[in-house]
Amino acid sequence: MELSLATRTVGEHTVLEVGGEVDVYTAPRLRERLLELIDAGARHVVVDLGRVDFLDSTGLGVLVGALKRLRTADGTFALVCDKEPLLKIFRITALDQVFPLYPTVEAATGAGQ
Amino acid sequence: MATVRLSFSPAPVHVRTARLVGVAVARRAGVREDLLDEVRLAIGEACTRAVALHRQYGVADPVLVEMSDSGAYSVRVVDRAPIEASIGLAALDADQLANEALNEDDLTTGVGFALLAGFVEDLQVRPVDEGIGTEVRMVWPVGR
Repeated sequence: MELSLATRTVGEHTVLEVGGEVDVYTAPRLRERLLELIDAGARHVVVDLGRVDFLDSTGLGVLVGALKRLRTADGTFALVCDKEPLLKIFRITALDQVFPLYPTVEAATGAGQ
Repeated sequence: MATVRLSFSPAPVHVRTARLVGVAVARRAGVREDLLDEVRLAIGEACTRAVALHRQYGVADPVLVEMSDSGAYSVRVVDRAPIEASIGLAALDADQLANEALNEDDLTTGVGFALLAGFVEDLQVRPVDEGIGTEVRMVWPVGR
């Protein structure tokens, strides 16, 4: 399935809803959107992976890039994910220790990240 | 003998095709349904790695994927990049991943290898028998 990207605002958080497949072909579009959001002033970004059905190392690299960029800008970055296959990917790569991971957007935006 | 052989020009857009074919052949070979997500991810990572190496070294040759179901389901992904490019594959720990100095390409390479090693029990990365390049060989059991 093609990559889909939709942005909404929840309080001070910018929520990017991602759907479809994030891979070596589509990840550059995700990177571009995240950079646009950060360049436009978003400082508290939540990426909702709830409708992602494939995520590879290229996509993970883009997410880490956004996390680092926001940290440098005194911002925050969190992920929403409750699918076991995706959570397993985060565990295997040790990225579960790098990203704040939440089961819902409400938890991510209400946690004062 | 390979049951299905696919070769594609080293472009990111074709990696998805390789994943789809790889999973379709795995399903037909009798790989358990609950392993198919891992098969899809692993074939994708191996092909992504090959495409990245071809692009990095300006190699226009196609990437080769061979799938065979004789006894078990085995997949070979063959690149034609210089051998030294393949050395230094290592999984990164959390501190290294979060290190500001680590660039995105190196991080992606390390994460990709961690996924391959984590999802494929029977994994080999070795030089090809003839010519320049590396093959990633992955084997999964079949349920028959």
